[in-house]
Amino acid sequence: MRRPPPPIPGSEITPEAVWLRRREIVKALALAGPALIAGCGRAGDSAAADATGTADLPGRPLTIAQRGAYATDETQTRLHDATHYNNYYEFGTGKDDPAKRSGRFKPEPWSVDIAGHAEVTGRVTLEDLLKPHPLQERIYRMRCVEAWSMVIPWVGIPLGDVLKRFRPTAQAKYVAFTTVERPAEMPGLSYPVLRWPYREGLRIDEAMHPLTLLVVGLYGRTLPNQNGAPLRLVVPWKYGFKGIKSIVRIDFTESEPTTSWNLSAGDEYGFYANVNPDVSHPRWSQATERRIAGDGFNLLGNRVATLPFNGYAEHVASLYAGMDLRAHY
Amino acid sequence: MPRRLDRIALSKPFVFAACLLPLAWIAWLAVQGGLGPDPVARLEHETGLWALRLLLATLAATPLRRLTGWHGLIRYRRMLGLFAFFYASVHLVIYLVIDLGGFWSQILAEIAKRPFITVGFLAWLLMIPLAATSTRAMMRRLGRHWQQLHRLVYPLAVLAVLHFLWQVKYGETIAVREPVIYAAVLAVLLAARVPGWLRQTGVRGSGAQQQ
Repeated sequence: MRRPPPPIPGSEITPEAVWLRRREIVKALALAGPALIAGCGRAGDSAAADATGTADLPGRPLTIAQRGAYATDETQTRLHDATHYNNYYEFGTGKDDPAKRSGRFKPEPWSVDIAGHAEVTGRVTLEDLLKPHPLQERIYRMRCVEAWSMVIPWVGIPLGDVLKRFRPTAQAKYVAFTTVERPAEMPGLSYPVLRWPYREGLRIDEAMHPLTLLVVGLYGRTLPNQNGAPLRLVVPWKYGFKGIKSIVRIDFTESEPTTSWNLSAGDEYGFYANVNPDVSHPRWSQATERRIAGDGFNLLGNRVATLPFNGYAEHVASLYAGMDLRAHY
Repeated sequence: MPRRLDRIALSKPFVFAACLLPLAWIAWLAVQGGLGPDPVARLEHETGLWALRLLLATLAATPLRRLTGWHGLIRYRRMLGLFAFFYASVHLVIYLVIDLGGFWSQILAEIAKRPFITVGFLAWLLMIPLAATSTRAMMRRLGRHWQQLHRLVYPLAVLAVLHFLWQVKYGETIAVREPVIYAAVLAVLLAARVPGWLRQTGVRGSGAQQQ
């Protein structure tokens, strides 16, 4: 007779957080080796040291059903950089403010109001909004209007798949999004930097395009507060400010919705905001960008050419056929 | 002839070393990889900031002397001004060599077309004749023209502050007060000179009447 195998002692089970980052940890140890021998470290080592710890991993792990669609093999941005260099003015205008000042923000429980020209409207909990859709990982370039860029593995679902469930009517020509407005949890709201709440919008065909992603996570885990928890938009062929964060309202509208940056400085930030190296921002060129990726030590040679539609022209250029992209910047 | 112990002359090497400290700190951060996710932007920001700070310190020497009655202050002015030029040059070199690295064909278009870069570059250009004529020999040679030439510091300081203000994204000036603070300090330093200028022109005016 066979005896059942003895139970595995708890001490031999790798904690989940360590297991999830096993590759990073191995890499970190490999990197740390020479530095330890040479006796001189740099900031990369402290990040490496973090990898062996388990405390500061953002969010919870997500189950990803599908990977690889539209993926790029460009060097990815480090998790730490993607979560500590953010524009999220509701938490302050400094790049490090969102990471430092979003600790009081509560992304749970969450619900989204669906309104406007659709057959199904009303309040939906985040769980109900996401439930029917398997999560996908999409590795996208993200190009900020400030001429820097990142490469980030997002986790989400195509926005169009979600929107279709609400059966937008023929009058739904645009989709408008609104960010939550919670002064007690968002210290940046005390400054009239923009007209709050933050608002963004897409044309319905842009919203339904399979590249447009409703994002719930990055690097395999739920979104940290500073990246727009618990639900944000990612439109990879547009400047980053179109990727509205912490969405609480989705509105199907007939006319072009007002958007926050366009409202504040219409001559600098248009409704379309498609990445376009040929149309400069009035104060700086958009021809090239500084890529924030890799080990963060590449002081030289991190400037790359900006591509039309951020490199997604083959998928989306047809959406704008016949449009003057200089007038509709 | 034995000279009296000159405290200011003795202190100059220390002031010189102190002016190099920001550069040492920035270099240390760079070596440690401590410049953050966008290290080039940080390098540009820090070197530009120190150029502006030293420029404002240079401009503060005269009003502070009048305020405190300590005439020795003026003897540090040249060193502060030259260090302002030094940091501005490092700032420009970082932008041209490290930031625009590999895209040098873009340089002329950038300088010509981007208002904030045009203005910053112009401020740096205007510093060149001032740095070049900062020696005692040049002072003697230029005579009263030297002072006229060195009044360029006022417009170039205005350009430098504009350069800082204009590169900030819209709306940030409301929450990020830094560029606004520098603009305010410059305004105070310029305003402090207005009574002097008025007096000068007033004296000349009354002198003409007496003749």
